[in-house]
Formats: sequence, structure tokens, C-alpha cells
Amino acid sequence: MSGHYRTASGGIDLERSRPIRFEFDGQAYQGLQGDTLASALLANGVHLVGRSFKYHRPRGIMAAGPEDPNALVTVRRDAARSTPNLSAAQVELYEGLVAHSQNRWPSLRFDVGRINDLLSRFIPSGFYYKTFMWPRTAWHSLYEPRIRAAAGLGVAATEADPDVYAQRYGHCEVLIVGAGPAGLAAALTAARRGARVLLCDEQALPGGSLRADTGTRIDGKAATDWLRETMLELAQAQNVTVLTRTTAFGYLPHNMVCLSERLTDHLASPPASKPRERLWQVRARQVIFATGAIERPLVFPGNDRPGILLAGAARSFLNRFGVLPGRRVVILTAHDEAYRTALELQAAGAQIVALADLRARASGPLIDAARGAGLAIRRNTTAVGTRGNLRVCAVGLAAVDADGAAAGDTDWVSCDTLLMSGGYTPSVHLHSQGRGKLRWEETAQVFVPAEAGQSCRSVGACKGLTGAALAAVFNQAATAARDATTECGFEALPVTIAVSDDTSAGGGWLGTLPQAARPRGGKAFVDWQNDVTAADLGLAVREGFRSIEHIKRYTTTGMATDQGKTSNLNALAIAARQLGRTIPEVGLTTFRMPYLPVGFGGLAGYARGELFAPLRKTPMYGWAAARGAVFEPVSMWQRARYFPERGEDMHQAVARECQVVRRSCGIFDATTLGKIEVAGPDAIEFMNRMYVNNWNSLAVGRCRYGILLRDDGFVFDDGVVARTAEDRLHVTTTTGGAPRVLGLMEDYLQTEWPQLKVWLTSTTEQWAVIAVQGPRARDVLEPLVEQADLSAASLPHMAMTRALVCGVPAMIFRVSFTGELGYEINVPADYGAEVWRAVWESGQAHGMCAYGTESMHVLRAEKGYIIVGQDTDGTMTPDDAGVGWAVGKSKSEFVGMVSLRKRALQDPNRKQLVGLLTADPRHVLEEGSQIAATPGQRPPMQLVGHVTSSYYSSVLRRSIALAVVNGGRSRMGETLYVPTPAGESAVTVTQPVFYDSKGERLNG
Amino acid sequence: MAEPAKRQPPSVAPLAGLRVLAPLARYALRVDLAVAAAAAAAAAAAGAGAGIMPLATAVCRASQLRDWHALWLGPDEQLLLGPAAAGAAFAAAVGNALQGVPHSLVDVSHRQGALEVSGPAAATLLNAACPLDLGLAATPVGFCSRTVFGKAEIVLWRRAEHAFQLEVWRSFLPYVHGLLTLAAAE
Repeated sequence: MSGHYRTASGGIDLERSRPIRFEFDGQAYQGLQGDTLASALLANGVHLVGRSFKYHRPRGIMAAGPEDPNALVTVRRDAARSTPNLSAAQVELYEGLVAHSQNRWPSLRFDVGRINDLLSRFIPSGFYYKTFMWPRTAWHSLYEPRIRAAAGLGVAATEADPDVYAQRYGHCEVLIVGAGPAGLAAALTAARRGARVLLCDEQALPGGSLRADTGTRIDGKAATDWLRETMLELAQAQNVTVLTRTTAFGYLPHNMVCLSERLTDHLASPPASKPRERLWQVRARQVIFATGAIERPLVFPGNDRPGILLAGAARSFLNRFGVLPGRRVVILTAHDEAYRTALELQAAGAQIVALADLRARASGPLIDAARGAGLAIRRNTTAVGTRGNLRVCAVGLAAVDADGAAAGDTDWVSCDTLLMSGGYTPSVHLHSQGRGKLRWEETAQVFVPAEAGQSCRSVGACKGLTGAALAAVFNQAATAARDATTECGFEALPVTIAVSDDTSAGGGWLGTLPQAARPRGGKAFVDWQNDVTAADLGLAVREGFRSIEHIKRYTTTGMATDQGKTSNLNALAIAARQLGRTIPEVGLTTFRMPYLPVGFGGLAGYARGELFAPLRKTPMYGWAAARGAVFEPVSMWQRARYFPERGEDMHQAVARECQVVRRSCGIFDATTLGKIEVAGPDAIEFMNRMYVNNWNSLAVGRCRYGILLRDDGFVFDDGVVARTAEDRLHVTTTTGGAPRVLGLMEDYLQTEWPQLKVWLTSTTEQWAVIAVQGPRARDVLEPLVEQADLSAASLPHMAMTRALVCGVPAMIFRVSFTGELGYEINVPADYGAEVWRAVWESGQAHGMCAYGTESMHVLRAEKGYIIVGQDTDGTMTPDDAGVGWAVGKSKSEFVGMVSLRKRALQDPNRKQLVGLLTADPRHVLEEGSQIAATPGQRPPMQLVGHVTSSYYSSVLRRSIALAVVNGGRSRMGETLYVPTPAGESAVTVTQPVFYDSKGERLNG
Repeated sequence: MAEPAKRQPPSVAPLAGLRVLAPLARYALRVDLAVAAAAAAAAAAAGAGAGIMPLATAVCRASQLRDWHALWLGPDEQLLLGPAAAGAAFAAAVGNALQGVPHSLVDVSHRQGALEVSGPAAATLLNAACPLDLGLAATPVGFCSRTVFGKAEIVLWRRAEHAFQLEVWRSFLPYVHGLLTLAAAE
């Protein structure tokens, strides 16, 4: 038995032969294959499924789709796979499913938090702004955490998500969102023309309202038969992709629609290889929205008890899942559709205790049929309250008088279910996300899509055809699809779908139901999920809020995970009435993506762990890793930081590496430096315009240290530039600066100087760069080099030559970032690892070590060589950084030149690069420390600079630091003070060169 | 003296329908296309460098001349691909043919590696992280373009309906390969 409320037959979503066991709040139940958690619970007579957000009121299943604001549950597979805040109507049942209710303690039936409901007059909307103001500091530490803990929904899993989430880019001529009658008609029309069609629907099975349609005949067939045949035709069409369980949640610029496809959540045991979800980014030439409409609840006191459902939802549960929501049903409606529900429920065995219609007049085939079936119809009737604790047991009905207020005695009608229908709100979310305009439809009292912001069309109920005859819907959808495909260049072919026995329905209600002058029935909810009542909205207006955006934020109406799908229009109507303005005057709040909540997993997709971002490695990475190098990320690169030997820590390893380099030599992987080939007859002219230096005097085969500024005059990047031919320069950049330097160069070349005959090619990865630095460097390399003379006379400091290294064509640059004799061997990258090994072996006779970026930093700091981005911070001129000598004095143009002339940039009191020596030679300053000119200051202190680089130098046997200090170069020998956690540290200002200040070692 | 070293392109694990191609010679050619075509024709007429230089003149299309392919990447940008062993001679011949024509010819043979993605699901697989429309109407055989694959820049070249060549900078190649492997796992 799959529940006492299951009908004997019917339910087209079901496989009745396949019972399924599941668990809700620890209790075992049985459902059927095809059930949702909501339908299975209702079949078992379970309405109470959650506690509300703020007042902890008992709440039940209200809708049959993802718009349900109440029935939010947590579905748990294991500790890592626990998903909160799922709509029970969206959770497909599988064998062994375990679900829990939320926001209750100790249990769903008895919840301590219910006290909030009794205290509700003390916690109106915005109460936290008023009550928790003092003391101010307590908001973050005390009030906010407590409020968040007391009011809340489900809890996310804390373990890492073990599932895979796929992503895919899709392209089609026509994307159709929604596979209800309108979407299917559009898909058939577009598909028969050969266009690529993508049809998606958030439900497990396509069909939308057709799945609950029992009367209409399409092309002479029952609606469900027509649906099956249509899906078969679409499945067989090569040019059509149908995605079910797929929610279109965002409509972005350039007709990009984001879809979230759920692949395994409905399976009892998902295959390990299959992704859990797939995020689609679909670029469509034309989009057709057939997203339907959402039934509106009615706003009256006590409208939130379990057992109170939307009328259309009850019909859906009955026809799709063979479930009766109850046996004694009261229907409260302002729309004809509820009559259809009443008739079908009665036919299925439920007793319709009363059918109350808010309208004074209602007519049409459905009303006639209801009367013919002997239903107890009460016109002009409102609800003034409900009774029942964990389930509704009675509803108070009263007549509406001529003034539109409840009058006369309240008739308490006992029931186990109350169905309500306030009409239908077109789902215009996606249309609006795409900057589409809306138009207020005065007769139907709804907003419908007007001008589209992009290439899209809306059809069917979302276009305002709610309750319309199916023939009109088909006709509109087919026309839209024909127009869309024609715009994509496909020939028009007529598609006709014949419809008979369909009926149209109308009606609707906005805002609060008629009440007595002093209503006493309790809270009338507008937004179930955020516990916002009609009174809250009234309060917001009384307290002076006028804009609907402010009212929304003050009351939080429409701000829950359902984004007000069932509540926004009622809230708007109530606010408008209070403000004495019309609904279009007040206007809607903005529709934002996502339409439905989307998991972070799907958004992250493949970008996790190793694949979060490219982890760039040089050809020598494997060698370094095998030698136990410790790596550090430098932009996207993994660089060897140091090479520890025999249990050394970083400081010991760096101390040893630095000493070996200065005494003998070291080998260093400089592959990551950016390299740009600047080639063409105007190469020198281009470099003259880009860099501060004068390049005319750079001879072929020579190198020069270049500085690049932004146009604001501040240092952007630096690096050695070699002239490798008359019309060709090999420009190196910092590791992290490579892409942005190329970008800046291209920017100027393409926009400022397009007439220059010069081209830029990134060669960063073409070359593996092996730096050999130290007094023995030449001895190490000479045996490996052919066709070049490495002697000081032939290849002096800042010269370059081509050669064969290990038989490989190479470029050798005699450059140094250590202050020692040094070479940088550039070999084509595929040869990098092998040449490195050869150099390493050659170096062993000379005591060579491998050193990493940390030693490189110390060695260059000993020489006062700056690192752009460490010793500069984007506000330093070349002069500030101590490299003003590089600026070509006679140049007429370079990027940033005009800015450098500004008086502020020539102020002698600007921060200038200096060296600092601590009084205590063992004390290594913290990088980033501030510097004071006088000792013993209390905050706020007068600060004159900050430390940019700081290391312990094993070569100098003391700490050294680089700093930028106001007017630093005129403070040589002065004592300054660096506040540290351990007290003030006195430092002496020095030149920034600590080692071999004459630079003699470079020329060895 | 040491022996000439052997080329070692970035290595990755094998997977059906996904393989790393053998090393190639590659040149980035930047030149005004019209001028270059005229120069090449003139050189060919004079018998110098005759028929050596492929030039792709159609937007986002590759053209072939014997062993060499030219991929159109921009109005003044071609990626020239050919056999690894023939690179130096080819570069010299192109340089010859373009003598007097302002241009930039840069050896990028080692800058990138090539991945081949093939099989009936190749386009679908690539669309896991490549935003291009890989329908045959938009990207026919011979199509080539600089594009992205996830967070890596690539050059995508459709060599057959179900076979694509991806030119990937070498340090990005393991990432692109890893992403393809993960996406192919389903």
C-alpha cells in the first residue's frame, strides 16, 4: 500500500507496480516510482513537513512545483551529500531516500521555537533594526549570530563535496524554455524546419499542464496520448535536444541562457562516473519562453496551516500522482480553474464541503458543470480565519458586503483540506532578466511581457494566456516559433494542431481578502517562506517606506530562496492599496537570477582541486621535484622556492644556497620570466615609445635593463631587453607581468601607433631559461658551449650571443640578478630538462648548487635590485625606486613621460628606495612594517615609510632590508624607528646596496 | 661535446580519442596578408622560394601547401605548422620570400604542444569548456581560431568532422588534458 490517500487508479507519472520505501524524519513510508517526496507524503496523509522561518509555525505542502515556499526539506545520502532547502515537490522519490524537515527543535511536531509566534507582536518586520541597536558592537558579536541561528532553514553539508559537476556550452537556433503545451507546440514548429532546437523543462517529465489535463482532446487524441507521441517525434528528430530536470535559471546578455540539469539526484545509487549536475551555457539565436504561470495563494488570516494548498496543486497531485490531498475539502477561489479541481476531486472520491467564490458573479462552462454536479457553491464569500494546530480542521467563511468587507456571522466549516486559488501569475522572470519590459494588463490584473530586451519571445501562460483555451496557446506558440526560425534563416512550414473539448477559465484576486473592520483571525501570510504578513507590509508603509524596493527590503518579502514566486504580486497589491496608488505606479521589484537556487557545485563545475586553474610548470619542474624542492606559486606558475638538503629548514637552505652562489655558483630556473619578441623595422621606435630607456644606442648583441611605466608615470614592469638583430628585440618581463605587459604593448600598438611596422609575439614558453650565477659560472658552461666565446672580452656583462649548448641552438645572455658573474641560457623548451641536467652535471665539479626563488630574492636584495610589485606598489616613479638613471634624458616620447613632469612626482620628499640596517643585526624586520621618524610615538603616529623587502643575509651575517622612506636619499645615516609587536626597532638608513657596492663581481 | 638533446614535449597520460601529437615546427607569422601574398607570388615567379609559403587568406580557415599548414588567426597573423625536422629550412625560405616585406617570423615550435581530440563525441567533449559553436555550419572542416578551453587560451583547428587539433601553450597542456579527461569520464 502506498498510502491511504492514494486513488485506486490514475496518476500518469506513476509506475504503480514499483513501490518505493523512503524515510521522512526517521519514519518509514512507502511511495511509488514516479512520486515526488511531496506526493508520496500526501499519499500517506502527511501534510506537516516544516517549520516556518521566523515564527516556527507548522507548515505543510502548498504547491506541486518548485515554487512551494513551505515544504523545504533536507535530503541526505551521506555526510558529504546532504542538500538543504529542497522543495519537496521537486525531490523525486528513490528507493531508500532519507529526508528531514528543517528549522525545528527538538521535533517537527513539538518545536520550542514556536514561542516566536507568541512573541510575534514584539518582533515585527524590521525589529532587528530597532531593538538591537545598543550597544553597537554587540550586533556582530551577539545579536546577528543569535538571530541567524533562531531564524533559518537547512544546514549545508560540511564535508567536501565528492561529486563531479559537469559543464557544457550549447548552441542552437531556437531555445525553448518549458515543455508544457506552449513549449511543445513551439518545439514541433521549430523542429520541423530543421533548426537546431533545444527544449528544456524543470520537471522530470515533459508536458507541464497537459500532464494534469483529463478533458481536452488534441489532434483527436487524449492530451496525454498526444503528449507521448509528440515527445517521440521530438526524440527522433536529429536536430532536437530535449533536456528534462533542467531549470533555466538565468538569461544573460547576447542571448545566453544558463541551464542547470540535474542528472543523478533522482537515482537510488548514482553511477560513480556520472556527474551529478550539468551546467549549460546556451547561446541561442532565438529564445522562446514557455515558462507558464504560477498560481497565487490567497491572503487571509490563518492561511498558512498544513492542509491548505493551492487548488491547481491539488489537481496536479490527483492527476499526476493519484493522490487526494484530503477527504473533506473546502475550496476558496477567485478563479474558474478551481471549479475544475473541485469536479475532479469529487469524481475521485473526495467530498467538496464547500466551494466559496470571492466573486459576486462567475459564469462559464466550468461553473455550469460544477452546479450541474451539485457542488455547494457560495458566491461572494470570503475566509476570515482557520482552525487547527498541525493541520487545518475548519475554515471560517463569511459573506462579503457591498463595501467589500466581511459581514454577518462566520460559518465555521469543518474540513481536512482547504484549497485556494487567487488566479495565475505569469512567470516573466527570464524575460525580465534579459532587460525585457513588462506591461500591466488591467483586465487580467497581471504583468505580462512587453518589449523584449533581446531576441526572445514569450508564449502561452507566461505571456498572459492563463486559463485560455488550449487552441489559442498552440496558435500563439506556433506563430512565435515560425517567426523565430524564419529569423534564423529557415523556411516557414505551417504546423497545425487541432484542439477540441478545451475550456477557458478566468478570474483572479490580488491582495488581502475582505475582512471585518477589526479582523481577529490571526496572521494573514503574504510571503510564507520569510514569514511576512499583510500587517507587516502595512507597518512598512505606515513607517514611511514608499518604494516597493524599500518595502521589500524592510519586510524581506520576496527575499527568500523562492524569490517571492507566490507572494510578490499580493505584496505589491497590498502595498499599492496602502499607498493609495495603482499597481503599475508602484511597480515591480527587479527579477534577478537565479530563477531557482543553483548549487555551488554546478557553478564551480570542473574548476576544483588540480583543475581549479592551470598549474603552470616549467620543463625543469620534474627535476626540481625529484630533488625535493619546495615550490611556491608565482602567478600561475609553480616555482622552486628552495632546495632543502638533509633536513634543512627554509632559512638553513637559503643561507647555504646564497653562500654557494657567492663562493662558487648556483643554477636557477628562470623559465617563468615573460618573454616578448618585438620584431619589425620599427622595433626600436616602438620600444622608444613604450619604455623609459633610450634604445637607439643599444647595439645588436647587447642587453639593457628596461623600465615600463603606465601613462600615470608609475613603474609597471621591468626586465632585461636584448637586441638580437637590427629589427628584433627580445624583451623579458617579470613572471607575473608577462600577460599584462603584452596586453599594454598591444593596446598602444593597435590604438595609438597602428602605423608602426612592428609585431609582438609571446615567446615565454618557447624558451627554457637556465640561469647560472656565481664566480665559477663560466667554468661550468664552457665545456657545453659551441660556436661562442664566453670570455669577458668577447661576452662582457650585458651582452648576448647565439651558440650551441649541448648541441642545441641557444641564446646566451650575460646578465645577473645576483651581482655575480652570470649567464642565462635560453634553449627551446623541449630541450630544457636535458640541457639543465647537463649543466647540473658540469657544475658538480665546481660545487654548484641549485637555488630557488627565496635565495634569488635575498641575493638580489643584497645588491639592492628591486622587484616590481614588491619594492614598488603602483605609486612609484623610476626615481622613487632608485632607477631614475634608466630614463632616457633626451627622449621626446614614452608612456608616462608627461606624468613624470608633474610637480607632485618630482617632490623631493616622495618615498624613495633606501636600505635599512637594524641596530640588532639578528633582527629581521617584518615586510610591510611602517617606519617612524621619531621614537616613542603613540597612535596616530607620524609615519615616513615602510619596509618592502627584508631578509637575513648569511653572506653578510646580518639582517638587511629595503624600504621606501619620504625623502629617503637625503636621510643617509639617520636613525628611524620601526614599531614591531616586540617593541620599537631602531634602524639606520643606508644606500640600498649591501654587497659589492662597486659592482666589480659582475665583471668577473 | 654533449650529444644534441632530444625534444621532450610535455607528457600526459593517454586516453582514447585524445592524444598528444608528435613535435612540430611552428612559426608565428605577422605580416600584411595582401603584401605578403604579392611578395610570395613575385618570389615564386622569380623561382626563389617557389611554392614554399602557405598563406591562409580566408578568415578563420586553414590552408595547406604540401607538408605545411597556415592557420588564419587574425588579419595580419598566421600560425604556420609543419614537420619538426624541416623547420629551419622553411623559416629561411619564408624569410627569403618575404625579403623587403615588413614582417615578423618567430619560431614558436616549443611554445606549445598539440592535442588531437577525435571521435564522434569530440565536439561535445570540447564544448565542456570551449564556448565556440562546434556545429559544422559555424565551424566547418578547416576552421581554426584562437579561443579558450576553460581557463586556458588555445588555438582550435577542425581537421575533420570528428577530429580537432588543439594548439596549447606547453604549461597549460596538462590542464587542458586533465579537463578533457575529466569531462570524457562520463
